[in-house]
Amino acid sequence: MTAVAASAPRARGKSRTRQVLPYVGMAVVVIYCLVPFYWMFVSAFRRPEDQFENSVLPAPWSVKNFSAVFKPGVGFGRALLNSLVVAGLTTLITLLVGTFTAYALARLNFRFKNAVLGVIIATSMFPGISLIIPLLKLFSDIKWINTYQAMILPTLSFALPLAVWNLTAFFRQMPFELEQAAMVDGCTRGEAFRKIIIPLSAPGVFTTAIITFIAAWNEFIIALSMVNKKEMQTATVSISKFTGAYGFDQPFGTQMAAGVIVTVPLVIVVLVFQRRIIAGLTAGGVK
Amino acid sequence: MTTTTAGPAAARKRRRGDVQGSGRLAVTLLSPTFIVLALVVGYPVVAALRESLYQRGQGLDANGFVVQGDKFVGLRNYTDIFTGPNSHAFWNAFGNTTFFTVVTVVIETVLGVAMALIMSRAFRGRGFVRASILVPWAIPTVVSGLLWRWVFQADGIANAIIGRQVLWTTEGFHAKLAVIIADTWKTAPFVGLLVLAGLQVIPRDVYEAARVDGAGAWQTFWRITLPMVKPVLLVAVLFRLLDVLRMFDLPVVLIGLHKDSVETLTMTAYDEATNLRYGPAAAYATVLFVYVAVVAYTFVRLLGADIIGEMRQPRAARPVRPKRKPLTVPREVTT
Repeated sequence: MTAVAASAPRARGKSRTRQVLPYVGMAVVVIYCLVPFYWMFVSAFRRPEDQFENSVLPAPWSVKNFSAVFKPGVGFGRALLNSLVVAGLTTLITLLVGTFTAYALARLNFRFKNAVLGVIIATSMFPGISLIIPLLKLFSDIKWINTYQAMILPTLSFALPLAVWNLTAFFRQMPFELEQAAMVDGCTRGEAFRKIIIPLSAPGVFTTAIITFIAAWNEFIIALSMVNKKEMQTATVSISKFTGAYGFDQPFGTQMAAGVIVTVPLVIVVLVFQRRIIAGLTAGGVK
Repeated sequence: MTTTTAGPAAARKRRRGDVQGSGRLAVTLLSPTFIVLALVVGYPVVAALRESLYQRGQGLDANGFVVQGDKFVGLRNYTDIFTGPNSHAFWNAFGNTTFFTVVTVVIETVLGVAMALIMSRAFRGRGFVRASILVPWAIPTVVSGLLWRWVFQADGIANAIIGRQVLWTTEGFHAKLAVIIADTWKTAPFVGLLVLAGLQVIPRDVYEAARVDGAGAWQTFWRITLPMVKPVLLVAVLFRLLDVLRMFDLPVVLIGLHKDSVETLTMTAYDEATNLRYGPAAAYATVLFVYVAVVAYTFVRLLGADIIGEMRQPRAARPVRPKRKPLTVPREVTT
């Protein structure tokens, strides 16, 4: 901070505060975003007996909470696997189906294009609960409760519109000359799509995959409604149902440890691909 | 007959008038998505409407025998919700949902815009700030609910900091406040992110012109910045509105079910459904659905939020496919 001020010798008084102020603001933003997360992290590494201490760092660091998460009875490993399967398959299906639609919406001229896009976006706005209730009844009738498909299918209701919206923005960005050149060279529309557009849009598809995966991974109400067997619970449901040793006590240490386990991979992915994720998140909103 | 001759002719036609050929291809490409959405959205919406007119369970017929199964009750589920003996549950949930929506969206918008303005001013370390802004977004709502429940424990860090004993996660206004704080923490940065992206496409010379004309910081903000980020801001706010209206995970995990002070419409509907009262549950869900639709429609109509965005522009140049599309502004946010 002082280096910045020193490098601008004329900066004094008012203009100096003006230079420093954005950094103070930035620090506030960073603290606002990270401190609660930090608290979860620190709490996870306390010994269970120090759980209610409020020191900034755990006095002796301990991984007891983490070993408690993976105790055989908890079934958290299985829950993680379930989450991976549900979110992974949802992402895969979403991309397979959504890419074609997004391509059509971004690159082809046809009637009712805006209406089609509007309808697709609108479907993602339906409150999940109004979709879950009939599906819950249907799935109980056909004995699908406690299956992966009972979680994946309803998740598509918000994942697919999200992906289509995102991908459309990416496809629209690519210069139109690309396909035209390919078609002049004798490609058909389909070949141009497969050989030119798909490879070039790989970054966009990848970004969409990350965003879809995170959205599906964080899903709660569908997994909560469609599953009542412990072995089929996803991680988010499993964490919310951890029970402590004594009746009404919530095992916060264990929950914070589980929270860290669920969150840290996402946070790492987000940090590594942050620019792309931001591009994806703002793709639809900002032109 | 015509089909046999249509082959080559159609091919020629396709080459001339691109729209028809594209139309057919478009239908092929769009159909998988529409089939999926019809199954996972279309069917449930229709089924919920139907379901909401039925009541399930056991009744006695005229001879005193138990009758199982669904019974058509017309609008009775709806009238029960609005005026029946349990109507207070609905009005309470309706009030909470509306309260949360208004309060959190206002706070998140103000905070989000403030964050975006801060970030747009900073030159160094912007990448770091942007990365940290994504952290609350990436954390599952359930985990953030637990995290805040832990913070708001009776002997938790929140009380230690304010030096008072507040029972946050019990009934009462505190519980509402806890939900608002937790929700704001998770989503205000996201609003900030979108607004920041909107700020960055504002050309710099506009600000320079304003400065030359002697506009103050406050004036510049109201007259230039805000109007120019308005489209992005509206989309962000619309998304938040729709999200809060269907809020479920956060209050359930942070406070719990069956708490009057935080019960939302989704929670009430969920509760009915898990008790196998599908009819009333569907009625609740349908009311919520209509509420969401009305809010979205009003918002888009009144304020003109443009979700489809630049989709409209190519439309003006529709008849001929534009040879050169004007280069759009690079969308990726620059560091």
